[in-house]
Amino acid sequence: MCMLLESFRSALESIRAHGFRSLLTSLGIIIGVASVIAVVSIVQGLSYTINAQFAGLGGNSLTVRSYTPFKKQLQGRFAKLRDSDMQLISHRIDGISDITPILYTQSGRRGSISYRSQTSFSQVIGIGPSYLDVNSVYPEKGRFFTADDDARRRLVCAVGADVIENLEIPGDPIGEFFRVGNEWCKIVGVIEKRGELLGFSQDDYVLLPYGTAKRIMGASRDLDIQIQLIVDDMNRQEEIKDRIRRVLRQEHGLKSGEPDDFKVQTAEQLTESFNKVISTITAVSIGIVGISLLVGGIGIMNIMLVSVTERTREIGILKALGATRQDILLQFLIEALTLTMIGGLVGVAIGYGVGALVASLLPGFPAAHVPLWAVMLSFGFCGAVGVIFGIVPAAKAAQLNPIDALRYE
Amino acid sequence: MVDKDTPVIQLQDVYRTYKMGDQVLNALDGVDVDISRNEYIAIVGASGSGKSTMMNIIGCLDRVTKGEYLLNGINVSEMSEAELARARNREIGFVFQSFNLLSRASALKNVMQPLVYRGIPRVERKRIASEALEHVGLGDRLASRPNEMSGGQRQRVAIARALVGKPAILLADEPTGNLDSKTSREIMALIDELHIQGQTIIMVTHEADIAAHCDRVIRLEDGKIESDIQQQGTALRDRGGLSH
Repeated sequence: MCMLLESFRSALESIRAHGFRSLLTSLGIIIGVASVIAVVSIVQGLSYTINAQFAGLGGNSLTVRSYTPFKKQLQGRFAKLRDSDMQLISHRIDGISDITPILYTQSGRRGSISYRSQTSFSQVIGIGPSYLDVNSVYPEKGRFFTADDDARRRLVCAVGADVIENLEIPGDPIGEFFRVGNEWCKIVGVIEKRGELLGFSQDDYVLLPYGTAKRIMGASRDLDIQIQLIVDDMNRQEEIKDRIRRVLRQEHGLKSGEPDDFKVQTAEQLTESFNKVISTITAVSIGIVGISLLVGGIGIMNIMLVSVTERTREIGILKALGATRQDILLQFLIEALTLTMIGGLVGVAIGYGVGALVASLLPGFPAAHVPLWAVMLSFGFCGAVGVIFGIVPAAKAAQLNPIDALRYE
Repeated sequence: MVDKDTPVIQLQDVYRTYKMGDQVLNALDGVDVDISRNEYIAIVGASGSGKSTMMNIIGCLDRVTKGEYLLNGINVSEMSEAELARARNREIGFVFQSFNLLSRASALKNVMQPLVYRGIPRVERKRIASEALEHVGLGDRLASRPNEMSGGQRQRVAIARALVGKPAILLADEPTGNLDSKTSREIMALIDELHIQGQTIIMVTHEADIAAHCDRVIRLEDGKIESDIQQQGTALRDRGGLSH
């Protein structure tokens, strides 16, 4: 124990004695660790925020959407979900509630909206009244529309905060009319702000009652909707997924062996597929950083070998004073280890700084988040690099013959 | 304590052989020496006579090729590498011609270093080392680094370091070789003083007036002992002076 402490103390002295050289030596490690921490902090910050977003989409919700395999898309045959599908699910399956259709008008493209001379583009979505509960969005001002609005296809809408800004609607927006496509809609509610994600506004949308949306879109037969619903009992989620599949397959006239032309997804699955992307990015960046740490390790080995040669005489003296091979081995190994660990420490600090800086410079970017495992992993890797690349120079020092070492000029 | 009459060093028919290609060189060629406690010995000889080799073997830095070396009655030739290191740490104090101080460390740290290998706690090490430095008259230079000190002061630090662990033998290899004559006299006076205090001292030198301080002069030639003479050393007769 005493010996370890002594070796550590002498390592610090030696590192301090060659300050600039030590800095350059551990630069490889510093850069490696800094980049892994920066990348991980940004990616994890992202993941953290997005998971928090998905959490708003209750864990017990299911989303059914149409799905067309690429081959069929080429043939121009697109699968669709219709009102009748929703009616069927809501009538034939029990243990579900708050079923709501979601109709994206202009299928993904943004619809044109205008107010006085201002024209803007926004996502126009037709939804059922229970959409609010499923997705945890609530009006900040005014009200949400009612089942009655839906049934009577009233031209009312609830809008995200950005719509008010983009259209430059002055004063109290409630009760103002603006144009959606070719129709005039009255604003009855403004939904509370959700902020930006990755620089994209999440508050730029117009919510219409489902019936109204169909009216605006011309009530064509070919509408493709998504269906969202709540599973009352989480334990029955799989069972209900299965039953929805059976009902829809039957309704769509799919023969056994034919693939589904729709997908039933849980909120969890959405999160999962996102997390898969995140962990792939993380793994790739860690791999790249691993290589840079390896290079850093070789740099450390190189300098330690030079240092051993340089200090041959010192090693001779220590041996004459009674240092054993183990003492010398330990001293140089701990020196290499100290060098890499200090590099790791500085690297973590810089990496965290860079991550925080990037996060704060990019608008709408989530705050950097460094998980403990990344720090531990970095230190572990630094320690391993120190031992692996320190052992050869240390062994070389330990094996020196004291007589030759003392005579070394 | 080992019995006072047992020689502290016994070399029995010692050979040290170097192979250089096909040539075999006997650096030590059948050496027999007994050295008792409190002796003050000079090993002299021309360069290449084998005196450095003998010094290395006595100092446990090197092993005999053939023969036996007993240090305090213990056979060194059978020791492992780690045991040799331990013997160097406990039984031998080295003083070199070129001082061989740790250049980055202060005088105090230099003197503390041998005690590290004994596992003595740091506070205790500091105390013992400061005492040793005071003993050689450097009580006020504890924090100085070797490059801030004169040659004489450096050699004093080296002597303090050699003696800090209370070794059986002080081994000095040309201790005045790098010093001017005035400083040489001071260092020799210090070494004489140590002898008077009872330290066993073995000194390798090629200077006759340094050897004159000792009570016994062993002359080597071609790896053999040419002469082994007891004499009246100047250390007791004329303290602190180089006599002629």
